[in-house]
Amino acid sequence: MLVGELVDLPGLTLVNSGAEPQRSIESAFCCDLLSLVMSRAPAGCAWVTVMGNVNSVAVAVLADIACVVLAEGAAFDDTALKRAEEKGVALFKTDLPVFEAALSIHSMLGNRDD
Amino acid sequence: MSAIELKYAIPGDDFTRAGEASSSIKMRLKQMGFDPCFIRRVAIAVYEGEINMVIHANGGEIVVNISPASTDITLTDDGPGIPDVELAMKAGFSTAPENVRNLGFGAGMGLPNMKKYTDEMDIQSEVGVGTTVRMKVYANAT
Repeated sequence: MLVGELVDLPGLTLVNSGAEPQRSIESAFCCDLLSLVMSRAPAGCAWVTVMGNVNSVAVAVLADIACVVLAEGAAFDDTALKRAEEKGVALFKTDLPVFEAALSIHSMLGNRDD
Repeated sequence: MSAIELKYAIPGDDFTRAGEASSSIKMRLKQMGFDPCFIRRVAIAVYEGEINMVIHANGGEIVVNISPASTDITLTDDGPGIPDVELAMKAGFSTAPENVRNLGFGAGMGLPNMKKYTDEMDIQSEVGVGTTVRMKVYANAT
């Protein structure tokens, strides 16, 4: 499944398209503790979290995460949005709970044009 | 490729700028054609160090020496120092304040992550004087 195809999932909304919409999503990963994300998140994952601050964008860049999905109706703050645009990080949002959002993404892995 | 040295001044207590040095280093390594896994290891180790300096030491300096074989990273600050380095290295131990934890930090994984993603790591710290962390990542390591 490609990053750009996430908008097709029910309940997910594109916030920032990022620099690599054709990048393949390899897995889904859930966590809100940033250092744990740095330690455990696989490169190329879709990271589902409720942390919408600028540090989440930095973590996504440095840990080579494919995209960030903000769940539970949480919102990215303005600094995070601006930084994501600068760094080309793909952002999505959803009202789904974290687990359901990740499960939805996971269920689509390997089923699309990747 | 000849060796190059990069220096960054890290401002203290500014979480909106935290990660800029790490991102810059990552970009340079990418431009130089290093393996993505190697770049990721360096980027994460530097970012954790950068965040630590922002949270605990009111900033500091990052010096990175890049050669074809390895990258050496030196983090220097004149913050309060680490009273018990062995304890600070334990996963889950954190002295980060509440406002920092609310941002998603303070899981007590910073120093363990730095050790995990580097091949060599040394911490010299003196209470009231400051801390120097030296790390090395080999380009051909996995």
